[in-house]
Amino acid sequence: MDITLTHYLVLAALLFTIGVFGMFLNRKNVIVILMSVELMLLAVNINFVAFSSYLNDLTGQIFTLFILTVAAAEAAIGLAILVVFFRNRGSIAVDDISEMKG
Amino acid sequence: MLDFNLIPLIPEIFMAIIAMGLLIVGVFNGNDSTRVVSWAAAAGLGIAALLLMGLDWQQTFVMSGMFTFDKFAGLLKLMILLGLIISIALSVRFIKQEGMERFEYPILILFAGLGMMIMVSANNFLTLYMGLELQSLSLYVLAAFYRNSRKSAEAGIKYFLLGALSSGLLLFGISLIYGFSGTLDYSMLGNALDGMESIPVGITFGMVFILAGLAFKISAAPFHMWTPDVYEGAPSSVTAFFAMVPKLAAIGLLMRLLFVPFDAATEQWIQIIYFLSLLSMIVGAFAALVQTDIKRLLAYGSIANIGYALIGLVAATPEGAGSVVLYMFIYMIATAGVFAILISMRRGGRAFTKIEDLAGLSKTAPAMAYAMLILMFSMAGIPPMAGFFGKLLVFNAAVDQGYYILATVGVVTSVVAAFYYLKIVKVMFFDEAADAFDGGIPLARRIILFVSVLFAVAFIFKPAVFVENSVNAASALFTE
Repeated sequence: MDITLTHYLVLAALLFTIGVFGMFLNRKNVIVILMSVELMLLAVNINFVAFSSYLNDLTGQIFTLFILTVAAAEAAIGLAILVVFFRNRGSIAVDDISEMKG
Repeated sequence: MLDFNLIPLIPEIFMAIIAMGLLIVGVFNGNDSTRVVSWAAAAGLGIAALLLMGLDWQQTFVMSGMFTFDKFAGLLKLMILLGLIISIALSVRFIKQEGMERFEYPILILFAGLGMMIMVSANNFLTLYMGLELQSLSLYVLAAFYRNSRKSAEAGIKYFLLGALSSGLLLFGISLIYGFSGTLDYSMLGNALDGMESIPVGITFGMVFILAGLAFKISAAPFHMWTPDVYEGAPSSVTAFFAMVPKLAAIGLLMRLLFVPFDAATEQWIQIIYFLSLLSMIVGAFAALVQTDIKRLLAYGSIANIGYALIGLVAATPEGAGSVVLYMFIYMIATAGVFAILISMRRGGRAFTKIEDLAGLSKTAPAMAYAMLILMFSMAGIPPMAGFFGKLLVFNAAVDQGYYILATVGVVTSVVAAFYYLKIVKVMFFDEAADAFDGGIPLARRIILFVSVLFAVAFIFKPAVFVENSVNAASALFTE
């Protein structure tokens, strides 16, 4: 069986959905949320590369490189903020991010 | 053909150089140089504004069409630069008083500002993404800037997680648009959509994802969950910055996106913006009623205000678009004044942000109380203050296009909003006086407060200047 564009798109859509659900259903650890964010961005990358190859156009792959770079910066900042949070609370459980409500 | 015309980029290039130069100054001189770096950053932004005004404000495309400059981008950039200068001026003394005087603060504001400038000029989804991320990443750090505060850290983490989610949604949308149209360029996408008989499902899906991502950034309901927590938790000077500038830039980006490439899909996106607008107004107005913290109240107020601004987008005319720009500007100036008062609420060196802390302000600090009164009237949209005209123009644009329900809901929620704005006035003028606030309000804060009040009161004398300029600028988006 040939692997067509549709297969790649379905895979990317599934990964993206898993990422989104991972963010909302996970009640334990903030690190898992960061992993879910990463999963979402990588799903988008699969989409871009698949389209790029299908359209015979390099723009999509260039966009992927930009996303990878920004995702690295984003992860660095996210972990830095997480360290600040841990120093203040002594915990990184999702349930503890709830001092402010309403 | 390569085009190396970088002239329309001069303000951005200048800002980038200033930001990096000041970073070096800060690294060598340590946190003692924060004050100098802050004012140098503000001066640099002033020079960037002058450079911007010196440019030719005709529509130009540079960087192979990735970056565009026109009247619309020019006007929005001037407003953004003004907002950035105000944010820095408001925070210089505040970050010292709160013991978080670190030189990165003004530099982060500069980088966020650079991202915003790129956002309003973006003519390609790649430029859009890079500008948006440069802005967002700086804002995440600013939200968590008060490292010793539990609330600030929590605000930072919430803002970061939901911001990352919205970036993900936005990117997924962009990838779908790319796949189904084969281009990332606004102009080419617009032409491609014009040539199609009906909009493909993939493009519609992509557009919905992009709009959901951007709705997070402008905090339109139902994507507003982060706003109250981030506003409350972030240091007050940062909250002032959040409330004034990023939304202006995000609205500018949204307007260019909707009116230029997605012009052919107007029927589709109007439904989404209509829903966002309606829900934002209702959620913003009713949730604010029960708040006791001024920052939280202003957060819900800003959600409601985004709802009003989106009414002008639904109208999809140059007049509607112009009224959105003007509305955001009036709101920004009023917010600057309110926050100038809010960050001056200190007793014995500690900051207070509850509404009840304002009790009896008319007796202890009459000038401050009357300034707050005028600003609250302006925000509530009571004539003859500036805020009234902002709302009038937006509702007018909607009624002209036959969106009576939207305009009616807008008026009703304004009445609800008037309740909580007037509640602050009541607390200030009729409640038992609390202890007086610390004196010694810095000059910069006084000037900002004065200008903000003056603008709210004096707008009625020359409204035509502002209206004509903003409609003229917005008409640049409707040239085709």
